[in-house]
Amino acid sequence: MLALSVLTLALSGFVILMAHPRLYWGQVGNDLTPALMELPVSRNYHHGGWAPGTTFYRYAGSPYSASRTYDILNQNGWARSLHFLAAWFLVVTGLIYALAGLFSGHLLRDILPRGRELAPRVLWHELRQHLRSPSRSAAGGPPYNPLQKYTYSGVVILALPLMVVTGMAMSPAISAAYPWLAGMFGGSQSARTVHFFAFAVLVLFVLVHVAMVILTGFKRQMRAMTVGD
Amino acid sequence: MNYERMIATRRSLLTGLASAGGLLLTGCSESEPPTYGNLLRMGDALTYKAQRLLLPAQALAREYERRDVSSIPAIGNTNPGDSRQATFNAARGPLYDQLRSGSFTHWRLSIEGSVARPGLYSLADLHRFPSRTQITKHTCEEGWSAIAEWTGVQLRRVLEAAGMLPAARYVNFHAFDDTVDSIDMRDALHPQTLLAYGMNGRELPVAHGAPLRLRVETQLGYKSVKYLQRIVVTDKFYDPGKLGPLQTGWAWYVGI
Repeated sequence: MLALSVLTLALSGFVILMAHPRLYWGQVGNDLTPALMELPVSRNYHHGGWAPGTTFYRYAGSPYSASRTYDILNQNGWARSLHFLAAWFLVVTGLIYALAGLFSGHLLRDILPRGRELAPRVLWHELRQHLRSPSRSAAGGPPYNPLQKYTYSGVVILALPLMVVTGMAMSPAISAAYPWLAGMFGGSQSARTVHFFAFAVLVLFVLVHVAMVILTGFKRQMRAMTVGD
Repeated sequence: MNYERMIATRRSLLTGLASAGGLLLTGCSESEPPTYGNLLRMGDALTYKAQRLLLPAQALAREYERRDVSSIPAIGNTNPGDSRQATFNAARGPLYDQLRSGSFTHWRLSIEGSVARPGLYSLADLHRFPSRTQITKHTCEEGWSAIAEWTGVQLRRVLEAAGMLPAARYVNFHAFDDTVDSIDMRDALHPQTLLAYGMNGRELPVAHGAPLRLRVETQLGYKSVKYLQRIVVTDKFYDPGKLGPLQTGWAWYVGI
């Protein structure tokens, strides 16, 4: 359920990004202001379809307005609604996972790195060991090695909650009620940019995760994830 | 299990099922925004209800300083008199051109529906109400945003002047192009919900909705209907079909 909603969020999120593949930093950003990054996805990238602008004030460099003359690609009607529907599933199943993990002790026992696992020297050693013999830890399920713990806790307690919080920071109604949400990131456009990069990190995790599952025995790992050993 | 208890159990089961079904079908009654059985629209309705339940009613959207005013794209219909625009209306388009050439002095806003005193308001009439100026952020569903200064009259003042009836629940906005959309009373009575006639210290430009547009600061940009001609107050949800967002695949509530 969680995996399905993350996949749906990733796909619909990409469709939403295609409507405006520009990222900004701060409160606002649009086609008439400088972008932090422009992503070469969809025909909207560098479309340049703007009528000559009119300035609002007399001074040089005044903010201005221009009318769009280009029919952009925009599938946000269904993509946004699907995105938020999947977000509901993510939040509900995520809460169940977090509560079950806390009460069963799984989160504290198996996921969070503890004690000597937190030492940079140990991490360095584990990293070198891992790169030398990648499929060393072939056991299905916990106990996890320190590298797995760092990765899983990064996903569970950092990246996924960050996606939810930056998502909410983009909402006009939620921002009106709780302006500090967008404020934490320096504005709702910054929150949108962080939302995108956290998504990119999650995609990287999923790719490596699936590769590792296949490398260490797909059948056995799938059994461990679902019904247990 | 004896016969009577079995009947009772079966009855409560049926009642439960029926009420659960009723919960999903509330859209059909039209006293609620419809879902039309579409899974995506049901998700929108869930978001709407959750936000109405969880968020404080009249929280103000952040207001900025004049130095924060940014450039702002004009999208969607940028001139209702132009027949090449996607939402051009063949009857009202030429009328718009005519009113525009007279600097909108003959333009009237009609207030109708669940009000004690329906009537026509000129721009001068609207200017006689106390005005409100706010520098707010316009958030477009596409992903961009812009800050501008808007001047106008609070929608609630106009609704009160027209004598809105107690049963009124929705406010519908009909534009000079083929746009009809509505908001609920909570957003309609919000202190920052304006009928705006000014932008960045000047008259509202044509590309941004002249002579009058709606500003709903707690929802996405497309709810702030441009080129207003008629405001209809209704007790029930009114679905304008292909002219509104619902049947063209867009969410009706976008405070999201």
